[in-house]
Amino acid sequence: MLTGIGASGGIGIGKVLIYREPDIRYADRAVSDTAAEKTRFAEAHKRFCADTERKAQSMAGTAAEEILRGHIAMISDPFMRSQIDERIDGGACAEKALEEVCDMFIAIFSGADDELTRQRAADVEDIKRHILQVLLGIEEVDLGSLPADTVLAVSELTPSMTAALDIKNICGIVTEKGGKTSHSAIISRALRIPSVLSVENALATLTDGCEVIVDGSAGEVYTEVDDALREKYRALQKQYAEREALTARYRGKATATADGISKELFANIGTHKDLESVLEADAEGIGLFRTEFLFMDRAAAPTEDEQFEAYKSVAVGMQGKEVIIRTLDVGGDKEIPYLGLKKEENPFLGFRAVRYCLKHRESYKTQLRAVLRASAFGNLSVMIPLVTCVEEVREVKALIDEIKCELDGSGIPYKRDIKVGVMIETPAACMIADLLAKEADFFSIGTNDLIGYTMAADRGNADVGYLYTVYQPAVLRALKHIISCASAAKIRCGMCGEAAADEKLLPLLVSFGLDEFSVSPVSVLGVRAALAARTKAECDRIAEKALALTTAKEVEDYLKNPEI
Amino acid sequence: MVSKTLTVKNAQGFHMRPATVFAGAMGKFDSQITLEVGQKKVDGKSVMNLIAACIKCGATVTVCCDGADEQAALDTAVELIESGFGE
Repeated sequence: MLTGIGASGGIGIGKVLIYREPDIRYADRAVSDTAAEKTRFAEAHKRFCADTERKAQSMAGTAAEEILRGHIAMISDPFMRSQIDERIDGGACAEKALEEVCDMFIAIFSGADDELTRQRAADVEDIKRHILQVLLGIEEVDLGSLPADTVLAVSELTPSMTAALDIKNICGIVTEKGGKTSHSAIISRALRIPSVLSVENALATLTDGCEVIVDGSAGEVYTEVDDALREKYRALQKQYAEREALTARYRGKATATADGISKELFANIGTHKDLESVLEADAEGIGLFRTEFLFMDRAAAPTEDEQFEAYKSVAVGMQGKEVIIRTLDVGGDKEIPYLGLKKEENPFLGFRAVRYCLKHRESYKTQLRAVLRASAFGNLSVMIPLVTCVEEVREVKALIDEIKCELDGSGIPYKRDIKVGVMIETPAACMIADLLAKEADFFSIGTNDLIGYTMAADRGNADVGYLYTVYQPAVLRALKHIISCASAAKIRCGMCGEAAADEKLLPLLVSFGLDEFSVSPVSVLGVRAALAARTKAECDRIAEKALALTTAKEVEDYLKNPEI
Repeated sequence: MVSKTLTVKNAQGFHMRPATVFAGAMGKFDSQITLEVGQKKVDGKSVMNLIAACIKCGATVTVCCDGADEQAALDTAVELIESGFGE
């Protein structure tokens, strides 16, 4: 089995076809008739634009169409053209002039601190390669008629290559390069072809014509296929297709139960760069923005302005939809070297999250100030992690009030009624949920820690991991209690742990009265579909039966196929 | 010369499509179009330079138009940026 990055979900079973890029090396030469050379480039440019336009038309309405039109715009950029002409005037041949100018932009784009800009380097590379082919008179290899069920193996999937592809006969794509947000990924997703990217030495390892299974959801390519494996993956393939059809129906729809009770369906993100996936997933807000990633992989804490920019870009990007920012959740298993946290005997029972923040008030104030300033640009809320007692909430709120006064003094705008919520993820917070509900504007249940602390079990530890499940009666009772305390206090209760996307658990959460579900972007539409499948009354009956059971296994077995 | 300072609102900032739309629209005017972002000055008709400038969502930009049709150019630029390039 080969592994890589699963970039476009689904399963493809077919025969490998390896495509290698043509050789575009050229002989460098000095040019004397510069006018003729400029005409030569202009003609290649014209031909490239015409070819690309034709490809774009054949891909109308897809992501590839937009990318290809972008290529025409890029190479037709007056600045780019004048740079190329200037080099030809200086005696360079058209190939060299093109290469130098393209390489210059490839270097600039690759060096950008922004993922989207870095990806544009691949576009310039694609343009360069193509015009070089035109200049060198290399005809494109015809990928336009392929045998049925072809698994295409390429170094990298480029937009120009895509347009020529015989898409209906391609059942899978394997590449050597590219990450989750690369062109290869975007294109394969747009074409709905299962793809696995960044498979090391794929072209050397795979053999033309040999049967493989591409699992684009798991990022795996099976090269040794027997009947049993093929059967197994045919079944998975069918399941996947059914699910796709279902979720497609729920894009753009409101989130509600079958009897029309509205729910909020949010997404969880790690960095402001995930914004696009949230919008693409059709989430109605962000229920958990984990800010610790802003602090990781660097030598010192981000400044207030840096944080402000990150929070602001999400606030603006979400266009008025709510974004719940969880303040720094450091400690436990999340290490940030420069914060100088000491090694602890029991890091999960130690100096972490809000406990750390309230002892380092200045740096906590920096973060809260950045959030408040950014709140002027959208609908931000603050969420406090790992709360175990009322004082912690009061202290954070006092700190926020202090910052509000300072901002007022400096005339800096912020959202005056910014909500401050409590993350319920400890048994202590659960037990005093009624008291916390009086202090908080909302709750969000963090099931990952709540299960671990409630069951006193580390899910990473194979010997006790079996205890770590949301179906434990102890955990279900905790969830019910927390949500009912929120309802009694008339505050909103959300859930931002993995359990919020567990379709087996959803009827219980609906019955308990959970208002907001925050899940990873890929789960959004599936949860919307699952919520729409049952009425509140049906969920109530399922919950009643599930809560009457005595073991986690009984609960899980029942919820797999609940009889009402 | 006329100019106006505004905030980039669309989620992607001046990325491929917005930059293409913007440079394409600006190319129709005779005026010289310059975007000032922080210390950087960017040719508003060059899609490559717009992308290279990494103008993100939330960024403050000043659009300067200089030439015979400067007011019309500025109006078009402002309209595009404020509408989030139709995103």
